[in-house]
Amino acid sequence: MEKVFSRPKSMKGNIFHYCAGCGHSIAHRLIAEVIDEMGIQGITIGVPPAGCAVLAYNYFDVDMIEAQHGRGPATATGIKRVLPDRVVFSYQGDGDLAAIGIAESFHAANRGENITVVFINNAVYGMTGGQMAPTSMLGQKTTTSPGGRKPLLDGHPVRVSEVFSLLPGTTYIERCTVNTPANILKTKKSIRKAFQYQIDGLGFSLIEILSPCPTNWKMSPIDACRWIDTVMSRQFPIGVIKDEPAEAARAEKASKEAGHDR
Amino acid sequence: MNKVLMQGNKVIGEAAIRAGCRFYAGYPITPQNELPEYMAECLRKVDGGVFIQSESEIAAIHMVVGASAAGARSMTSSSSPGISLKQEGISTLAACQLPAVIVNMMRGGPGLGNISPAQGDYFQATRGGGHGDYRVIVLGPATAQELADLTMDAFDLADQYRTPVMILADGMMGQMMERVVFKEPKPRHYPEGYMMKGCGSGRSKIIRGLILDPLEMEEHNWTLERKFQVITQQEPRYELYRTEDAELVLVAYGTGARIATGAIKRLREAGIRAGLFRPITLWPYPMNELRDLAKRIENFLVFELSTGQMLEDVRLALQGYAKIGFHGRPGGVVPTPVELANVVMRQYDRKVGITEHH
Repeated sequence: MEKVFSRPKSMKGNIFHYCAGCGHSIAHRLIAEVIDEMGIQGITIGVPPAGCAVLAYNYFDVDMIEAQHGRGPATATGIKRVLPDRVVFSYQGDGDLAAIGIAESFHAANRGENITVVFINNAVYGMTGGQMAPTSMLGQKTTTSPGGRKPLLDGHPVRVSEVFSLLPGTTYIERCTVNTPANILKTKKSIRKAFQYQIDGLGFSLIEILSPCPTNWKMSPIDACRWIDTVMSRQFPIGVIKDEPAEAARAEKASKEAGHDR
Repeated sequence: MNKVLMQGNKVIGEAAIRAGCRFYAGYPITPQNELPEYMAECLRKVDGGVFIQSESEIAAIHMVVGASAAGARSMTSSSSPGISLKQEGISTLAACQLPAVIVNMMRGGPGLGNISPAQGDYFQATRGGGHGDYRVIVLGPATAQELADLTMDAFDLADQYRTPVMILADGMMGQMMERVVFKEPKPRHYPEGYMMKGCGSGRSKIIRGLILDPLEMEEHNWTLERKFQVITQQEPRYELYRTEDAELVLVAYGTGARIATGAIKRLREAGIRAGLFRPITLWPYPMNELRDLAKRIENFLVFELSTGQMLEDVRLALQGYAKIGFHGRPGGVVPTPVELANVVMRQYDRKVGITEHH
């Protein structure tokens, strides 16, 4: 009988430590499938963050070097500049990217480092037990915003992808989610496109993934997936935020068609 | 070999490039700016040479972590407040057993302090500096020639022990010009297996500092400690100046040792047979070599551009063996050799020896 579904070659056999309903394991699998499909397992180097995904190196079967909290894009920069023909990705959470590592992330993007950042946004600090994240919703209850996030005291949820899209160094930025099978497939396509752009030498790409955290949201996995649709994606709209190569191709096509009209 | 007249900061840059440094990241801070400027100009001209002006000292050291893991001889530099920021990455390098060279051109502190030469970062440098159980090899050059030689040695030591090595000098050393001869660098020897270049068709690698199991973490700590013990046995370096007939020995390093050398000439003119013990490695500290001197000399005076930091290492070596005096000028003050000679003459009486510092 033909085997139609198995563990990606770029994943080790270890059992995920992630909670039931967590989006990390889905994101991990998607990245590993893309690595397999592109045949880049041997030239890929991953940089996992501090946080729930710190143990990502137990799951990905590619070279991985753990970064200190927030420093992933700096470490990835060092690797990529020394080994420009490798595929280098940094995997970061919302605290990692949008709080403690905002400088490293922003400036790696601004330099147009030819790396890919996979940004897991679950609006909460997971590993430390559910504290407020820079991307927590207004009104969201966390262990450090027990009465709900108040803008005057706690600030506003940061739209990292929109901010980074303003930087000329960034090539491709898309916000995805993994709350339905259809969205999971779309996310995989985005990851693959980002890796392809990196291989083509086009510069900095960022895939933001709205990711369920049922444990710290204190919801069932199903409700967590629903909450992404009903609440989170209102603050963080899903879709392509910037795709320079595609925009350039569209513009070229349009100008050609305009030429025919004349 | 040609002698060239060069500024200290640039000497480090040139020596690093000759030693095969191919990655430098740093953030501007006085008094070491000529070093990143030199790398921007010269390292980028070298095949495979990468210079990045980073967004912060923190980013710079973590770029070095990545570049070192990827196999490049890597360096960053800063001055005191910036070195405080780098400690997270230095701890990471030590934990992950990655080689790198870090230059600290010390300035007056604490806090923002000032931009004058000082030696107030001795504790931070020689006790690890960041969090966790580890040490950093610390080299204390006293001439531009030593800036060149020890920079090259720093890369070799970093590779040999796969651990971060610090060049600890100060604004005076960085700014002054002296004649230098660049020696031939040694070929690079290192165990290549640790490098991370993509797993190819082989097994994938992990470089990490996180070890959640306390027993496993403890074993990692002892593994590192065994390496540090070997370094303590093998690597202490020091220099003696006019100690053969000395009745009194000054202990000083770097810029402090230059001032002490001048003071010793004046003391000898005044009839006091003074000599100098100059540690070149500040960690590992040449404890045994200093204690050997105490077999025939009873009086020691520690001189530092600080309130007394190396003084603690001298006490570890000599307490109970000899009398230890101290003179310190912290905060960016650089005293003259005449001042130091006068201080020694006030503190030293042939009949009762040196006035001990408490």
